[in-house]
Amino acid sequence: MTANGGGPRTVSTSESSRSGSEFESDRSVSDEAPLGGPDASETILESRDLDVFYGDEQALQSISMEIPEQQVTALIGPSGCGKSTFLRSINRMNDLIDVARVEGDLRFHGKNVYDEDVDPVALRRKIGMVFQKPNPFPKSIFENVAYGLRVQGKDDGDVEGKVRTALERAALLDEVEDQLDSSGLDLSGGQQQRLCIARAIAPDPEVILMDEPASALDPVATSKIEDLVEELAEEYTVVIVTHNMQQAARISDKTAVFLTGGRLVEFDNTNKIFENPENERVEDYITGKFG
Amino acid sequence: MSTETDTTDFEFDESAVRRKRRLGKAFLGLCVAATMVGIVALVALLVDVIVEAWGWLTWEFLTYPPSQVVEHYNPANYGDLPTGPGGMYPMIVGSIYLIVMTAVFTLVLGVGAAIYLEEYAPDNTLTRFIEANITNLAGVPSIVYGLLGLAVFVRALQTGQSLIAGALTLTLLILPIVIVSSQESLRAVPDSMRQASYGAGATKWQTIRNVVLPEAIPGIMTGIILALSRAIGETAPILMVGAATTMFAPPQLTDPTGPFGAMPMQIFEWAKLPEDEFQHVAAAGIVVLLTILLLMNAVAIYIRNRYDPRS
Repeated sequence: MTANGGGPRTVSTSESSRSGSEFESDRSVSDEAPLGGPDASETILESRDLDVFYGDEQALQSISMEIPEQQVTALIGPSGCGKSTFLRSINRMNDLIDVARVEGDLRFHGKNVYDEDVDPVALRRKIGMVFQKPNPFPKSIFENVAYGLRVQGKDDGDVEGKVRTALERAALLDEVEDQLDSSGLDLSGGQQQRLCIARAIAPDPEVILMDEPASALDPVATSKIEDLVEELAEEYTVVIVTHNMQQAARISDKTAVFLTGGRLVEFDNTNKIFENPENERVEDYITGKFG
Repeated sequence: MSTETDTTDFEFDESAVRRKRRLGKAFLGLCVAATMVGIVALVALLVDVIVEAWGWLTWEFLTYPPSQVVEHYNPANYGDLPTGPGGMYPMIVGSIYLIVMTAVFTLVLGVGAAIYLEEYAPDNTLTRFIEANITNLAGVPSIVYGLLGLAVFVRALQTGQSLIAGALTLTLLILPIVIVSSQESLRAVPDSMRQASYGAGATKWQTIRNVVLPEAIPGIMTGIILALSRAIGETAPILMVGAATTMFAPPQLTDPTGPFGAMPMQIFEWAKLPEDEFQHVAAAGIVVLLTILLLMNAVAIYIRNRYDPRS
């Protein structure tokens, strides 16, 4: 685990970028709010007694948590603890699984995304996603990034500018500037994953969900992704699943610990979770006694 | 590995190994023999047909209508014929026209059904029942499809013994094969591609159109072309719906309800005739049919290699 110098590490990433913009938009935060504290930022996603079932099996048990805007929230826990399931229930990717069933509320800007009048496609246009395994389309780099713009009908304006901006933000532009027309599959694993991140941010969503985005990558590529996640939180809300605890400690503002059985055991500021967890089992997990 | 250390506790039981190796060699021999039987039979057949057709397959054979007089087919006589040489031009046109129509019907119906079954249909007993029966239909003898075509298209739908009846019958014949192979191509598209598309805010239709179909098209096209190359050689079904055995003018391209003929019918007709020379004419017809068939297969392979985005 990296040393954070004891202080709340949110200062470095989020606060500096936001000073001076308080109250100007609905994304702003107050200077007076306690740094990294529970009320440091507006809640953008709120889960209330969320249960998810796969057939008869219950994958998530009554999850309640509030995810703050423009911060990095990490979901950690051992395999099969339901952290990915929770992530995929945020943008209703679980809808694609026939046997999945959701009960309870998951509110995005206060609106339950499981209400009947919510179109999951419209929801996913607000909440982008990056997957565990890099999954670029067998199309050109340019078309990969433009894909979201095209399907969302946002390709009428300056597509090239938007694609370049997204690649720039994903820290990939320098590496691929001369080969935007070559296949996305020709890139290395780490570049492919940054391409997928560019694809997710090109249509400018509010939230980016990341499902273990670095688990298939080598350490160098991983650290690039981690840097990127911290930067993305300046503009987007990032929810990231990882089973690498050091990674969670390095990049997240808040950490939610899921333990076996699909239960959310503890959710707090990352410093608190890693330095002084309330729950004994969380402490055991963090210190590597199990999991 | 070298065995510098004490070798006594390592037993070189070569006899056992040698016995297994002999068994392996015998098995290899069996497999090679099995392969050879197929290849040798095919080559023998091809050589026989080509030798038989040699000298009879001319440009005139491809561009003139058939004749009832066997001398008209012999290139040696071309100079002193009152009517012009005999050939199979109307049948070549008929077969191509038939196969193009079949291709259109098959593409729409086969790919449509495959997309529905693979992408939209719920995974329930009914769907599985339908899929199992499509697979069963692929094994139904072609003469049965011919009878079906006769009853449904020629009689009930009153198409008459026409090109369109033939094309629809051939479509029915290859539809199960095309559906199954198209389904397999769709299934081979990695789910991660669909997820990526949905995650980017695409609808189901956008996902199928932009991601699934482009990935699956090479496989689908290969399946369709291979099925069509089976259909172009089929005789029984078009015999049942009343394809003409001989035609002296090609079918009207503007009138799909008119009569039609096809290469296999004409070949069959020639082969039945008593004069020995007609065997040469039939062989020439077979070479033409085989050439078209091989060309179609080559196109299938080309499409598979050319449009595979992963290659």
